[in-house]
Amino acid sequence: MRVAVIQFPGSNCDRDTVHVLRNVLKLDAQLVWHNDFKDASYDAVILPGGFSFGDHLRAGIIAAYSPATEIIRKMADDEKPVLGICNGFQILIEAGLLPGALLRNSSLKFVCKWMDLQLKNDRSAFTCAFKNTSKVRMPIAHNEGRFFAEDELLDRLMADGRVVMTYAGENPTGTSRGIAAMSNEEGNVVGMMPHPERASDSTLGGTDGLKVFESMVEWAKC
Amino acid sequence: MLVGEVETTLTPDEMGYARRQLGREPNGLEWAMIDAEWSEHCSYKSSKLVLAQLPTTGKRVLVGPGYDSGVVDIGDGYVLTMHIESHNHPSAIDPYGGAATGIGGVVRDILCMGTTPIALLDALKFGDITRSEHSKWIMKNVVRGIADYGNCIGVPTVAGEIEFDECFERNCLVDVACLGVGRKEELLLAQATRPGDSVCLIGGSTGRDGIHGSTFASRTLGADSERERSAVQIPDPFTKKLIIEATLEASRSGFLRGCKDLGGGGLATGLSEIADKGGTGIEVYLEEIPVREPDMSPIEVMISESQERMLLVAKEGSEDALRVIMQKYGVACARIGEVTATGKISILRSGEAIADLPTPFLANAPVIHRKSRMPQVRKLEPKAKTPSDLEKALLDLLASPTIASKEWVFRQYDHEVGIRTVAKPGDADAAVMKLPNGKLAAIKVDGNSRFCDLDPYVGAASVLAECCRNIVAVGAEPVAFLDHCQFGDPNDEEIFWAFSMAVKGIADFGRALSLPCVGGKVSFYNQDEETGKAIRSSPVITVLGLLEKAEHITKIGFRKDGETIIVVGETKRELGGSEYHRMLRLIGNAPPALDFQLESRTQRVVLECIRRGLVTACHDCSKGGLGVALAEMAIDGCKGASIDLRNAPGDEMSDDELLFSESNSRFILTTNNPAQVLETFSSHRVPAAIAGTVGSASLRLTLRSSKLECKVDALRAAYANSLQEILEPWQK
Repeated sequence: MRVAVIQFPGSNCDRDTVHVLRNVLKLDAQLVWHNDFKDASYDAVILPGGFSFGDHLRAGIIAAYSPATEIIRKMADDEKPVLGICNGFQILIEAGLLPGALLRNSSLKFVCKWMDLQLKNDRSAFTCAFKNTSKVRMPIAHNEGRFFAEDELLDRLMADGRVVMTYAGENPTGTSRGIAAMSNEEGNVVGMMPHPERASDSTLGGTDGLKVFESMVEWAKC
Repeated sequence: MLVGEVETTLTPDEMGYARRQLGREPNGLEWAMIDAEWSEHCSYKSSKLVLAQLPTTGKRVLVGPGYDSGVVDIGDGYVLTMHIESHNHPSAIDPYGGAATGIGGVVRDILCMGTTPIALLDALKFGDITRSEHSKWIMKNVVRGIADYGNCIGVPTVAGEIEFDECFERNCLVDVACLGVGRKEELLLAQATRPGDSVCLIGGSTGRDGIHGSTFASRTLGADSERERSAVQIPDPFTKKLIIEATLEASRSGFLRGCKDLGGGGLATGLSEIADKGGTGIEVYLEEIPVREPDMSPIEVMISESQERMLLVAKEGSEDALRVIMQKYGVACARIGEVTATGKISILRSGEAIADLPTPFLANAPVIHRKSRMPQVRKLEPKAKTPSDLEKALLDLLASPTIASKEWVFRQYDHEVGIRTVAKPGDADAAVMKLPNGKLAAIKVDGNSRFCDLDPYVGAASVLAECCRNIVAVGAEPVAFLDHCQFGDPNDEEIFWAFSMAVKGIADFGRALSLPCVGGKVSFYNQDEETGKAIRSSPVITVLGLLEKAEHITKIGFRKDGETIIVVGETKRELGGSEYHRMLRLIGNAPPALDFQLESRTQRVVLECIRRGLVTACHDCSKGGLGVALAEMAIDGCKGASIDLRNAPGDEMSDDELLFSESNSRFILTTNNPAQVLETFSSHRVPAAIAGTVGSASLRLTLRSSKLECKVDALRAAYANSLQEILEPWQK
């Protein structure tokens, strides 16, 4: 499986993500500079965390206008797995591939913390390997992770199973209905605030994140 | 002093020396360049002679003090680099920008060695936030500045220390240390060795920010300091992130012969230092330097400390290839000069030299032989009554800002990015980072201004001792350290005496431990011009340790019911300088004594026990004494314990002394194998005794004349929430 990890200026979890894909899961993962991403033939694409374009203007918005986004959009339309982690989630929302908005945390502070998460959907491209809606642990680290949408849309997202993960217990950012991860209708595009690549090594605190990437492999097989 | 139209901080003696050396009157630009390079900040002219006594060599030391970072060989072809910087003066004026640019500077120091920054630590000192709104404002903005900058550039902030004291009300201290990793064969040095090589300036353009930054940092803050906001640089972490990527790619490309961070003193300092280290000269083409504003004078261009700039010495002929790398990241790259064999720094405008100074002259300020005098007034030991409610005293101490959990701070720092952080903030006595060769690094920074104020020699040595204990407690062997000496005005003979004694203490104890100093920093003039009050002597020490195996990592929390608690080291009647005294608004007359040999032996034996797998949890016992250390172990492990402190090694003393004395050379550890642990300690003549057992929901302490029982939840409530309640009482 060939996976592209897109490197925007200011991405900072790009190499961490490639490391996990390549060295832990033995996948063919390529780090691709955003301007050089012209090839939609990859089997999956990941937008890593960080501060693309320094979060200038608004987190994720400048990257959403990168030429890379058009390729990503094509891959999304082809129902290939597309994952946005943290800043990647912000980019997917700004690009209109996922609904709603990600606002400043209600504490008005950056928060870095391991969180208990409730899996709500075990059918998406990045959760299908979990096989059940269990609780998982992964760390978050962001300033703008408070998911916001109108109640009507939130109701629909919940009903359609598009809410992929919620915080179990403490809501660290004031995010609506505890939402931590979200998918598109087809389930192949997922945005998540927690960092699966940081939860892929037991010495670093846990391995639940590996299942996120394993799901992608499983989804691509179907 | 005004020379022509140029204002300098040079003394008449220094100016006389400059004229004699040159045999002529320097022009305005030359004076400005001399002034920047000879500032205390850049030249260490007051401290050089004192610092010379530090031990700086060891089997792992590849590069010691004098370069941008110290370099430690960790085997398997890898090196660690480390450095510390302070941004005290800028942070006192603009806490957000000052703290952020402080990180920028130290990250460049790691980068210019060709190594990747992998961890940041910060040692912060603020005024009393329980009484001062100003200090709250300073603290919140310093923390936010560090968070916004460090998080954005993707370098995790993994450890630190914070002290609160009235003496830092007007002069906060903001120190940032950075750890880097790289391959030995890719190491770069800040030097221009070969004539014909190109000198390239990459990154941001040169503007008017940070003009006179280092001379600003080389005098005291006064009423006019607010107007010197332009001496504080403007942070731009996004550009920094691009520069990190571009510089690392360039250094791995093999096109570079040298690399230098542009910090204090700007181009004037950077150019003269790389030429001096390489024994060469540099010809600079003024028009080639990209400037932010068109009408900047040559002086402004040469001494501006605009952030996010690096000097690269590129091999002749590789300029175009270098430009391609820079273009990918959108980083500007200008060839601003050429290395020459003239031994001079020449600034050319339209082909005509407008400054022409011999490199060694410019790069080496005349050393100042300062006078020092031991202060005559000694403080008296206060007679404090043992409080009747020791439980309240313990809870109050746990809630006091210096002791309380720093979670409010470290939650704002991304401490996970890079996926190397094994022991995270709050977990253990030091941060532990995974390394590419399979080994692990432990790193911690410590300070103790109260000990150093009472006795700079013993106090500074104790800071090094405490920092090493923190490294040992996680299961690592200390391998190198950085010192950072922060004092008031060195013209004050008593302050210079304190500085000299502190360095001597660090040097003597470093030698006793066979631990080399691989770098550091000196910051003088931390003094308020209006009140004339200096900060307490505040040396800060960063220690690097190595672990062979992840199994050796030991954390502080009590783990399992039934495990035996052992107190290592003697508790003495030593409340001087303690946090307990601070809470009672006392200080005392002397810090705890430090027996170099015993401290060194104790650390070795604790490490041996950890490596033999005998220890299940370990905590250094320092600030707040046995009471706070035991409470922290209970809070972190969510488990109580029954402990009889009458068994702890030590003299006859009152219960508050027993609980809160900060005697050196102590650890608390838990084990399943107490007999073997005790035997190991006794065979090395290190005092240790069984004090109790882990278990239950309360911490039960039997003291000499009283008992104390606290629910772990109550301990946590005092310890965990205190900073938030002080800083953001409206949250929750």
